[in-house]
Amino acid sequence: MAWIDACGVDDIDAEDLIRFDHGGATYAIYHAPDGTFHATDGLCTHEQVHLCNGLVDGDTIECPKHNGRFNYRTGAALRAPVCIDLKRHPVRVVGDRVEIELG
Amino acid sequence: MSIFTRIYAPRDYSLTGASRAHAEEIGLASAEWYHSDVPRKEMKALMQRSDGPAIRDTVIWLGLLVLTGIGGCYFWGTWACVPFFFVYGLLYGSACDSRWHEAGHGTAFKTPWMNDVVYQIASFMVMRNPTTWRWSHARHHTNTIIVGLDPEIGFMRPPRIVMAALNFIGIPFIFYDLRTLARHAFVGLNEGEKTYIPESERYKAVFWARLHIAIYVATILLAIGLHSWLPLMLIGGPRIYGCWHMYMTGLIQHGGLAEDVVDHRLNSRTVYMNPVSRWLYWNMNYHVEHHMFPMVPYHALPRLHEAIKHDLPAPNPSIYAAYVEMTRALLRQRKDPTHYARKALPATARPYRDEFHEIEVAREGV
Repeated sequence: MAWIDACGVDDIDAEDLIRFDHGGATYAIYHAPDGTFHATDGLCTHEQVHLCNGLVDGDTIECPKHNGRFNYRTGAALRAPVCIDLKRHPVRVVGDRVEIELG
Repeated sequence: MSIFTRIYAPRDYSLTGASRAHAEEIGLASAEWYHSDVPRKEMKALMQRSDGPAIRDTVIWLGLLVLTGIGGCYFWGTWACVPFFFVYGLLYGSACDSRWHEAGHGTAFKTPWMNDVVYQIASFMVMRNPTTWRWSHARHHTNTIIVGLDPEIGFMRPPRIVMAALNFIGIPFIFYDLRTLARHAFVGLNEGEKTYIPESERYKAVFWARLHIAIYVATILLAIGLHSWLPLMLIGGPRIYGCWHMYMTGLIQHGGLAEDVVDHRLNSRTVYMNPVSRWLYWNMNYHVEHHMFPMVPYHALPRLHEAIKHDLPAPNPSIYAAYVEMTRALLRQRKDPTHYARKALPATARPYRDEFHEIEVAREGV
């Protein structure tokens, strides 16, 4: 496992997310309304759509294609058509940078 | 050649056959789709949900349904009931489709349970199993008009134009829909449906199908008991006599356009319409925009259209114009399975993504 520099803290608006690609995989990094940062796999578990174009509403991320919703803090699938939880990844803020732990 | 004649073998539109395997083999199933550029802040604003517009429209919709239903019953047996049932049928048999659609996307209301309630009511009205159709529509958006993957392709090639025209009077498709509900209730899902509905959801399809069938049986028994068609004029019947507007607007969504492309500008059609049709249809006339960004609510689609129209082909100026374009293309598709209505893009637009269609054209030529 290693901490990977993903983005600056100012690169993501509050209550929003960005896409982060690393090592052939894609991830989503979230800036929650309370100022904390979170990370999950970047593709919806339903039809492999990039979540980065979706809408963050409080603690949930909505898939931009089919309205499937996840709690990005827990990864829990909340609404059909998603049935499989989203994998989370640890995140930390170092200075003004956001790092994601990947293995 | 008459419009009844087929001069080439139908393509395989099944979800378990050779077309599906081919789409997966050439990468069409997993390709990334074209999207017009919209600044992130603007797109977030467009995707914002609100209960207000849909509550207003739903109160008007259901209120008019009750009023016209009462009027139709009051004047039943006289010619005066006709205008009441004309409006009742339109609200029941046509507006149900757009309410089913928007609530199914979860974009009509901000509050999830409101979407769910309207979705269930509208699913019953439009005679669709709410479970199977929720999943089929998700697949339709993932693989729009991809042969072998999209379960909601309206015109299969060679197109059956007379059968499509019969849609306007609900026949024979009401029988097909009822047969499908009965199959779900008493037999189960078919192999094609199992490709897009997870096992954990299938019991719901059986439950809803049985409930819908029970309501229809009760309505028929009531009609027999009363020796009157009136119960069927109110429940189920509008799916025949009131569905014409649903098909008038629905057939032009994708009819005569491209198969096997990853660019909604090539396989979907935006049509300018009168305000009444737009209200009944909840702005789905902006169909390219809807497919490109399906999480934008119906009430924000006109704004989305303004934001990206520089990147889209010119909309058809009317329903009539859309039918002229579609019918010409369908007639030509009777002879040429690779033909589709391809519109010119404005100079401000980025080029079409039609590389997979070109593979299909080359394949047809072999």
